[in-house]
Amino acid sequence: MMRADDLLLRLYPASFRAEYGEEMRAIWARRRRDASGPLAAAALWIGMVGEAVTNAAALHGDILRQDLRYAVRTLARSPGFALTAILVLALGVGANTAAFSVTDFVLIRPLPFSNPDRLVALWEKLPGYSTMELSPANYVDWKRMSKSFDGMGAYWENSVNLVGQGAPERLGGATVTSDLLPLLGVQPAMGRVFTPAEDREGAPGTLLLSYQLWQAVFGGDAGVIGRRVNLDNEPFVVIGVMPRDFHFPSRDAEVWMPARFHEHDVNFQDRANNILNVVARLKPGVSLDQARAEMAVVAGILERQYPENKQTTAAVYPLRDELSQQSRLLLLALSGAAICVLLIACANLANLLLVRGLARQRELAVRAAMGAGRERLARQLVTESLVLALAGGALGVLVAAAAVPLLARLVPASLPIAQSPSIDLRVLIFAGVISGLTGIGFGVLPALRACRQSDFSALREGMRAGGGHKERLRSALVGAEVMASVVLLVSAGLLVRALWRIEATDPGFRTDGVLTMETALPMPKYNATARRTGFYTQVLSAVRALPGVSSAAYISFLPMTMTGGIWPVAVDGKQAEFGRSGLHTASLRYVTPGFFATLGIPLERGRDAGESDNLDTPFAAVVSESFVRRYWPDQDPLGRHFNMTFHDRTVVGVVGDIRVRGLEGKSEPQVYIPYRQVQDGWLAFYAPRGLVIRSASKPGTLMPAVRQIIRAADPEQPVSDVRTMADIVEDQTASRAAQVRVLGAFAAIAFLLAGVGIHGLLSFAVSRRKQEIGVRIALGAQPGEIVKMIVRQGAWLACAGVVPGIVLAYAAGRALEGLLAGVRPGDALTFAGAVGLCVLMTVLGSLVPALRAVRIDPIAAIRSE
Amino acid sequence: MKDAPPQPDSLLPLPPATFHILLAVAEQDRHGYAIIQDVAARTSGELKLSAGTLYRSIQRMLEQGLLLETRDRPAPELDDERRRYYRITPYGAAVARAEARRLTQLVRMARDRGFAAERA
Repeated sequence: MMRADDLLLRLYPASFRAEYGEEMRAIWARRRRDASGPLAAAALWIGMVGEAVTNAAALHGDILRQDLRYAVRTLARSPGFALTAILVLALGVGANTAAFSVTDFVLIRPLPFSNPDRLVALWEKLPGYSTMELSPANYVDWKRMSKSFDGMGAYWENSVNLVGQGAPERLGGATVTSDLLPLLGVQPAMGRVFTPAEDREGAPGTLLLSYQLWQAVFGGDAGVIGRRVNLDNEPFVVIGVMPRDFHFPSRDAEVWMPARFHEHDVNFQDRANNILNVVARLKPGVSLDQARAEMAVVAGILERQYPENKQTTAAVYPLRDELSQQSRLLLLALSGAAICVLLIACANLANLLLVRGLARQRELAVRAAMGAGRERLARQLVTESLVLALAGGALGVLVAAAAVPLLARLVPASLPIAQSPSIDLRVLIFAGVISGLTGIGFGVLPALRACRQSDFSALREGMRAGGGHKERLRSALVGAEVMASVVLLVSAGLLVRALWRIEATDPGFRTDGVLTMETALPMPKYNATARRTGFYTQVLSAVRALPGVSSAAYISFLPMTMTGGIWPVAVDGKQAEFGRSGLHTASLRYVTPGFFATLGIPLERGRDAGESDNLDTPFAAVVSESFVRRYWPDQDPLGRHFNMTFHDRTVVGVVGDIRVRGLEGKSEPQVYIPYRQVQDGWLAFYAPRGLVIRSASKPGTLMPAVRQIIRAADPEQPVSDVRTMADIVEDQTASRAAQVRVLGAFAAIAFLLAGVGIHGLLSFAVSRRKQEIGVRIALGAQPGEIVKMIVRQGAWLACAGVVPGIVLAYAAGRALEGLLAGVRPGDALTFAGAVGLCVLMTVLGSLVPALRAVRIDPIAAIRSE
Repeated sequence: MKDAPPQPDSLLPLPPATFHILLAVAEQDRHGYAIIQDVAARTSGELKLSAGTLYRSIQRMLEQGLLLETRDRPAPELDDERRRYYRITPYGAAVARAEARRLTQLVRMARDRGFAAERA
């Protein structure tokens, strides 16, 4: 009984318990004595628990209200302290909330599908390619032979021309098998999804619209279901509109069409035709490893059965993990940096509160003397720090809300999620927890410390409260701040150096004055090479005649916009075959004459692709220097032969290499083929769509005329992706640049906070040692010596932080190595720069306290005690 | 030190427990359990104050100056050392009177509308 009473009493505030606990115990004991029978006793117990909970809650509420009022009053009395603490917290919470909102959005939060953790992506795995799309034939076999999955669906991304709804438009989309959308567990916002019958060969075209397209092009018309639209000149009937937040496979998708495989087609049966992305849902109870093991067996059977499947195995990954290592690392680095900022903010806050605790010891002692219990005082202080935490947290969320749009570039387009995270409940809870933990962690400790000494000794001690132990703790905190800021400065420095290095990479072409756009010609309308040639000729000759335009050309894909388009190469008369190893492949592009001149790619030997290179002349090719180095080192490549795309080709020219795959990473050697040398209907994927124009005019003034020209050539032809070549190159480093900007801001904040920390500590030390310094000056110490003494203390603090900081920064640099683009993690210049900044910060931080120390009037200082 | 107590009317309406406690200590100082018993007896067992409610009310009433803890003790043989005795203050009495006036007026209004029986 006594134990139960104790438990009930524990619910009450300690002060109340101390005051009335005994009496309440006595009353409960009498009540129990009066209760007759087990039923009455049980009822009594239930009643006691109920009233204890309600009364205790009300009492706690009363105290909280009192403490809040008191806290707001005391904080208002020292606005400098309150503002500093709130700002420091806001920076820490803001940095972390912003970093969390993006990291959570991209890496943690479940995908917006039903039971998303059961969804996996399936890939073929070949030597040199860890994730290769599936061929349709292999997909059908994998689906038929595997037992691990509840369902399997496939899609490929494609773009189509929408004609007949206003101006012709290029739409991003995906062609999907009918089982894909049910597999994801997504319901359309309107209408229905594809039936298996609509996914058969020969079925009439059906179409799903994205919510955004439905709004933008169809004006949100509810009668859109059943409407006929023309995509690439094929009629489709709209059967549904997908929900607003459905972005699959990526946020570019605006339309979905059924796959309608042609099962007897060569392209379908060709097991080297790797075009399908495959998603499957694990059966309940089947683990990822079990599925992997089963798919290994399935791939093994097919490998023995079909020679094209030689060395083809299966890869199974959670759908959530479908993003590049670099995207992941960029975000993890950002989160790490944010945590550093928070740690610094915490150390700063703890220091502020410790100093304040010292300053308030008299007040606390007075209150203790007047009968306030230790618990009551601690509670008061905790409330005060919670008020600070709440205010700082709220401001931090505002900081984060302002910062998140800057971070949107870090959300990879390849994920089926929206473009930018929003500050939602989940993020707010995170911010609340961080602020709360910081407030409690760094408010409670100083509070308990302060209360432990809250007796009369503080009253007698006067201003000299606070012993050497506390001094050491505060120095350690400042040392930790310096350490964390060194880590941040070095990391940011390394990443800036990496960014500069990448930006300084020569792409192999000149971007200035080059405008680009895409006009993807729809098939089968443009299956005939002659028809395409007609279009290109009309457009190019008109564009070249525009004022200011010096040259213009077409190419299959603009540099850095397409990493695919790779084709096997054979030399020495051997037939090119899909050896399925990355060794003998080259990037393949069809070009019109003038492409190299337009992009400023140097023609090293021979000639450009010419208008006279057609199906009646020998098949020609212009190759890049790396192609020559690979096959004919130290030999004259002109007139040499190689085999590519089923034809023997003669090298007629050699051009400089360009970074086809982007500024980072290696690109395959390049082969350019004259645009007329392709049979009707062949290699439609490579039909030139990228238009490049070198011009002295601004894109804005040029574009209306160009659009006019294209409309004249084909009124149904949309123009898409209008941007300058410089934009395309800049896009390469956009996510890095965004990350570096934010990381740089974090480093600057850290640097500032650490400086403030040093300044605060030394100022406090000077005011505490006023008397001692006064005596020194009275005894003849020169100002230089006093300054030296204070700066030395600052230098010690800096050293204590810089040395472990360098070690940690090196470790951080190693972890970031994947992002450093060849900059060494121990880059001396970066480290020297960071250390130099820390020295500067120390000097600046100690200067003001040192000057204040010099100005101490010895007589006043000695007299003051 | 303390500010002058506010007007008795400003505390109205009193929580029922507070009013009953004031009634219980109106004629004599009582300790906690005696207050509970007195309230129960006067309301024929209708209102049984719990220990938590009682002391929560007492704590607030002490702060408001309605009660004070008395140092006068009854004869030692009747007393338990642990017990605290509470006495109504003149201010407490004024507040109780004000509350009674408020209730009387309410009852009068109810009677005018036929909601309550004529004076028993």
